[in-house]
Amino acid sequence: MAVGKLTFTKAEREKLAEVLWMLNWISVVTGAILLSLGVFLKVEIQKWQEVMSEHGIHYVPNTLITTGLAACCINFLGGKICLDCTDTNKFLRWKLVMMPYVICTFFFTSCVLMGALMCYIIRSQLEESLLLGLRNAMRYYKDTDTPGRCYLKKTLDLLQIQFQCCGNSGYRDWFQVQWISNRYLDMTSSLVVDRLRSNVEGRYLMDGVPFSCCSTLSPRPCIQYHISNTSAHFNYDQQSQQLNLWRRGCRQALMDHYTGIMQSIGLTVLLIWLFELLVLTGVRYLQTAMENVIRLGDPDSESDGWILENSLAETARSNFNIIKNLGKCYQVDDDDPNINVPTATTEQEVPSRQVQIPVTS
Amino acid sequence: MRLLKMKFTQQRQVRLAQGLWLLSWLAVMCGIFVFFLGLYLKAELLRRAEVMDNSEIHVVPNILMMVGLASIGTNWVASRVCQDSLDMSRFPRWKAFLLAWFVVATLLCFLLLTVVVLSYALQGSLEESLKVGLRNGIRFYKDTDVPGRCFQKETIDHLQMEFRCCGNNNFRDWFEVQWVSNRYLDFTSKDIKDRIRSNVDGRYLLDGVPFSCCNPASPRPCLQYRLTDNSAHHSYDYQSEELNLYNRGCRKALIDYYMGLMNSTGPGVLSVILIQMSVVLSLRYLQTAVEGSLALEDPEGDSEGYILEKGLKETFEDLKVKVLTFLKFGQVDPSTAQDSPEASDPEKASDNTTGKAASTTPAS
Repeated sequence: MAVGKLTFTKAEREKLAEVLWMLNWISVVTGAILLSLGVFLKVEIQKWQEVMSEHGIHYVPNTLITTGLAACCINFLGGKICLDCTDTNKFLRWKLVMMPYVICTFFFTSCVLMGALMCYIIRSQLEESLLLGLRNAMRYYKDTDTPGRCYLKKTLDLLQIQFQCCGNSGYRDWFQVQWISNRYLDMTSSLVVDRLRSNVEGRYLMDGVPFSCCSTLSPRPCIQYHISNTSAHFNYDQQSQQLNLWRRGCRQALMDHYTGIMQSIGLTVLLIWLFELLVLTGVRYLQTAMENVIRLGDPDSESDGWILENSLAETARSNFNIIKNLGKCYQVDDDDPNINVPTATTEQEVPSRQVQIPVTS
Repeated sequence: MRLLKMKFTQQRQVRLAQGLWLLSWLAVMCGIFVFFLGLYLKAELLRRAEVMDNSEIHVVPNILMMVGLASIGTNWVASRVCQDSLDMSRFPRWKAFLLAWFVVATLLCFLLLTVVVLSYALQGSLEESLKVGLRNGIRFYKDTDVPGRCFQKETIDHLQMEFRCCGNNNFRDWFEVQWVSNRYLDFTSKDIKDRIRSNVDGRYLLDGVPFSCCNPASPRPCLQYRLTDNSAHHSYDYQSEELNLYNRGCRKALIDYYMGLMNSTGPGVLSVILIQMSVVLSLRYLQTAVEGSLALEDPEGDSEGYILEKGLKETFEDLKVKVLTFLKFGQVDPSTAQDSPEASDPEKASDNTTGKAASTTPAS
């Protein structure tokens, strides 16, 4: 009982081959699109890599890039094969390659699906990575003289300016971090010494933020220091406080940015996956139809095409048996007549006769 | 003596027509390119229109857009002429039209050349415009409550951060302007009262800059206020501090940006001029060759193609005579004026009679 059985006349077979040839070429283009999407995502992640603590997110663009390249190659080959399938003689060239090709394409199509799903599942990992990465970046903001960390200040400032955000969850994160290096603190000043002494770990903490947190929408010049002290500034009303700094946290800003990109990429990849599935189905029908034509012997006759020769359960069982037998290849085979199998009659032992060998002198 | 003449066999004519058809479609693409270039330039200029005082520089993108559109139409016509040149019955209807086409096409090339020249010549005007515009922007920075000026603060902040610049010429421009609004100054404070009193116009000037002047590449947190006072900050020297704020002035930054844009479009525009000129010349050759073969009885025979029928000087003389005759149609014709009252023009009548007398005496 074949799955999805259809009958194809000669003309229908040729039409199918032509249509598939065109679809394969379109698939090459979609493969190139997939590749470019992967490259775009990689570049976007690379830009703000310094505020991410781990680089596991690189799996997503890498998968997209490899599947894109694979798509171009596989569909290019598929185009050639389908073009040759219009003629029964030329098909014989590809006869042995067809089955492996279909299996390869099936696996590749599932890779595309995986790539699409990864775009959606990676979200939580990204959030974790950004939380840790931003916390470290803020901690090392002041270390512009330490090799390996000297550009963190610039990166974080540019991030806050571009994404219009401040701190990890909000601007108050800056109050918990010493972001002014000791090099620029006047240790002889009593104010500075008092502040340092009042902190358990000897850090210089203050209710101030870097200049990059300043909002351009504020009607008044930016208030960076003594933010919590409303009496320190003249006419520092509720509205001034709301508009003064960026309210959003940078983690949220980056999450929104990357989620938006990955959702649109994921949607595009899903559409490409559906298209590839369509092409795969067509190629499978073409393969089975051509093989049946050759089996029938008459190139002009009608032939059947199917997705699976037997039902799903039977195919699964036969494949399983094949795999099982592959493993048995190196074991002893019970049916081999050349090997002595102990039966009930051999309980009588046949005594061995000594053979006299005449000794020639 | 024909200028730059070339022999054209029938096959060569066909080749020329085909080549020119392709070239004219290429020229249509170039026209589209020029149009979008003009559009892009205009969009970029409009984006910063708030810090520009006048819009003289807008003539460059305007001409580019006009020329782009005109050249699309002109070159499309050229491609139609090429198609018809292969068919002897359809070509003659373009005859009268072609002279006008040549004039328009040469005018377009000339306009493109002027655009290239203007983009350099108008640099001074752009500089003036930016100088005044930025000065006003800095002056009205504090007026976030005045309608019509309330967005100046945001504009200037965005500009300084995007172009990494500060002030008009440099950051000291901010020292000469009150950029903190009176609404946020505590007039009961002694410091503020002293400062205002020390200034002639009663303005609150300080040696500080807005936050948008801060340079993120600086190793230390940004110092915005009391910049000239070395003792106000630990380990700080006003004279040698280079990384704290942006050193560039916004006027220079913007001019560099716009000149860079126009310079990079220069080679593109020059190659478009070249393509257009080659279309003009090729079409002239095609026109003369086809007209020549039409004049001959044998349509398959050879004909000559040339740029000008007579030499350059002779063509110029011919043109001068034509123009003068055209202008003379507006003047009074002397032979027809004899019927009109001679009293109104006695000198002319006596001239005529003396002329006639002079002409008759030698005969007798």
